Amino acid sequence: MKKKGWKELPEGAIIEKVPTSQEFKTGSWRTQKPVWDPNKCTNCFLCWLYCPDSSIILKEVNGEPKVSGINYDYCKGCGICAEVCPPKIKAIHMEKEEF
Amino acid sequence: MADSFSLSLKELARRNKSLAPGHRACAGCPFPAVVRMTLSASDYPVVVANATGCMEVTTSIFPFGAWPVPWIHNAFENAAATISGVEAAYKALVRKGVVPADKKIKFIAFGGDGGTYDIGLQSLSGAAERGHNFLYILYDNEGYMNTGIQRSSSTPYGASTTTSPAGKVLHGKLQHKKPIVDIMAAHGIPYAAQASVSHWNDYVKKVRKALSIEGPTFIAVYSPCVPGWGYPENKSIEVAKIAVESGFWPLYEVENGYYKINYRPRNPVPIEEFLKSQARFAHLLNYPEAIEELKRFIQERWKFLEFMEKRREIDGVTENV
Amino acid sequence: MSETLKVKQALTGNEAFAFAMKQINPDVVAAYPITPATEIVQIFSKYVADGEVDTEFVAVESEHSAMSACIGAATAGARVMTGTSSQGLALMHEVLYIASALRLPIVLAEVNRALSAPINIHCDHSDTMGSRDSGWIQIYCENANEGYHSLIQAVKIAETINLPVMVTLDGFIISHGMEVVETLETDVVRQYLGKRKPLYNVLDYENPIMVGPLDLTDYYFEHKRQQIEAMKKAKDVIEEVITDYNKRFGFDFPVFAEAYRMEDAEYAILSMSSAAGTMKEAVDVMREKGEKVGLVRLKVFRPFPYEVLQEFFKNVKAIGVMDRSDSVSTMGGPVFNEVRSALYDLDTRPRIMNFVFGLGGRDFPLSDALYIVNRVKELKEGKTLDFVEYVGVRE
Repeated sequence: MKKKGWKELPEGAIIEKVPTSQEFKTGSWRTQKPVWDPNKCTNCFLCWLYCPDSSIILKEVNGEPKVSGINYDYCKGCGICAEVCPPKIKAIHMEKEEF
Repeated sequence: MADSFSLSLKELARRNKSLAPGHRACAGCPFPAVVRMTLSASDYPVVVANATGCMEVTTSIFPFGAWPVPWIHNAFENAAATISGVEAAYKALVRKGVVPADKKIKFIAFGGDGGTYDIGLQSLSGAAERGHNFLYILYDNEGYMNTGIQRSSSTPYGASTTTSPAGKVLHGKLQHKKPIVDIMAAHGIPYAAQASVSHWNDYVKKVRKALSIEGPTFIAVYSPCVPGWGYPENKSIEVAKIAVESGFWPLYEVENGYYKINYRPRNPVPIEEFLKSQARFAHLLNYPEAIEELKRFIQERWKFLEFMEKRREIDGVTENV
Repeated sequence: MSETLKVKQALTGNEAFAFAMKQINPDVVAAYPITPATEIVQIFSKYVADGEVDTEFVAVESEHSAMSACIGAATAGARVMTGTSSQGLALMHEVLYIASALRLPIVLAEVNRALSAPINIHCDHSDTMGSRDSGWIQIYCENANEGYHSLIQAVKIAETINLPVMVTLDGFIISHGMEVVETLETDVVRQYLGKRKPLYNVLDYENPIMVGPLDLTDYYFEHKRQQIEAMKKAKDVIEEVITDYNKRFGFDFPVFAEAYRMEDAEYAILSMSSAAGTMKEAVDVMREKGEKVGLVRLKVFRPFPYEVLQEFFKNVKAIGVMDRSDSVSTMGGPVFNEVRSALYDLDTRPRIMNFVFGLGGRDFPLSDALYIVNRVKELKEGKTLDFVEYVGVRE
């Protein structure tokens, strides 16, 4: 993102047309990465609910929300998703990240 | 609590109103989940005021804003005064016909424990007393985490922070937490509640209940801190859960003065489990008398809540009041 | 504009401020009482209670919350006002900077009072001088009549340039003194001001924005530079608004500063607010003796109208600058330091000295005013004097 000069910025130091944070990728913070198994997933949405980085991708299928993957552009690799995935399901596990 | 306030996870996911990714909260920080639950739970458009703190700084680094709703940050101690100004403007502009009356907007302030228990308590107390129509959500991580883990009046007894360090003579913080929900309930506001990020269903119901009420409402939601408390970053939800299951952080609500304990751990986890889960308490294991003091405090809190809950029986109040 | 639209009323300074606020009918007023500005809030509350305004009045628990609520309300597109004095303004200090940086046109009716300690309730300018770098436009008025009209003009100025404005009157001397104020009719005021057109609005949830973000090394400087530019432009706006107001309603209010008998002045006094009244009398006395002395009453202190002062003072040989506060820097008062700096670039630089007077409401009699004029005369004649003198204090 090219940094604007003072004449180009909106007045009052506001951030217009939010959200804009997705311009900043936080995926490089990761040292381990979650791997999601669509075959095991029951769409309980706990990973979506607790993901600090809004990195559980939801897709609408026949009008219903479904988990469809992980957004590695932003995932910081905290592992909460794997932790909250119900023990009997274990649709997410963590692996060492190799960029 | 009436189930009409419940929302399924699927319904929350359908609504999916979350902070945008790219914010700079620490890996594993649970407050983005608090924001997601709050925004997705609301049936109304919301305007948010945010006190200075972790949530504010990590989600608003210019030009990277993570909030999908109108948001204002003024200063550290004045989120409640700020939102009361926004709400007053809304009222005036509806009355003058500038904003259509059918455009119902809800006003929410978020503050950490520093901005709520301490520096912002006066502003919050004033806004509550004046009766503005707003929901104040305290995300309680028990310290000034944004400035590098200093003690606040919410930091628990015995916890080691950078301004209440465990040393050769002192074993961390020497004072107990303030009962912030009781302090707010004592203002006579229609609704005050304590919740935890780990118990999402209870929290979502509380948010929806609070938003259904006209007048000032308050929710304290327990929100652990990875670097401040010292636990692995995948354990935020687990640590919050142990806090509830050990009785350290009771889930309760006060509706029009009537207390109700929302959850009683069936097989309470020993408090030692909670202490062992975090580095900030590591030194306490050598101070059994400090652990005893903490246990005594927790028992007193429960005795108080159970005593207050009896008022329902005395007055014959069952569910909603 | 016909004269019938003006009404002469006997009002105190506080009443004049409150009456202007009633006519302005702001959307939100958030305020807290403090001597000697209490009456403003008190009178305005009665207007609210009697339904004479449809303002949402927020009776906050402190001045800090007053300004914080004003900021919140202004981000929601409301026309917002408050009033305060002294410790109250000092308590607002932190958030004053936020109001201006967020470019919120909040208008504050200020009554000048000394700052503690020792605690004192009477007039000096230490309170507003303490806020001089907070990014607010500051207009210092000589009397209640000017205060009334300036408060109305302030709303127009603030909302045109999107900067907050404080209009000040001297505590007790003007706030509690009864004067004839020539007021406009309410309809005229409301029509003149029209509706506020906000720069942005947090109630517009369909087009969300974030107000007050964290600004680090990448952008803070750019945003400050932009704010400084707005203050520069505020000079044009102030000139346009006051000139237009004078023309529209038949007044001759000075814009930045008033020149009194300056035509052929060889030496001059610069004064502000109510003390200028006494000083005008001293100038008259000296003029009768054939002394070529004049007075400049500085009205707008922020933005600082240095160009105007350079023009007024380019031909004088000596100037006495009066300060009703001291900067405790050992270099005299804030007005002195800024005026002296403004005149540094003149081709023929006048000799200049400072008179600090009237702290904590100390009387400023004609004899003191005459003393000051005579000292500046001595300065003009080449006498060596200390550059700061404290007038009216016991040794």
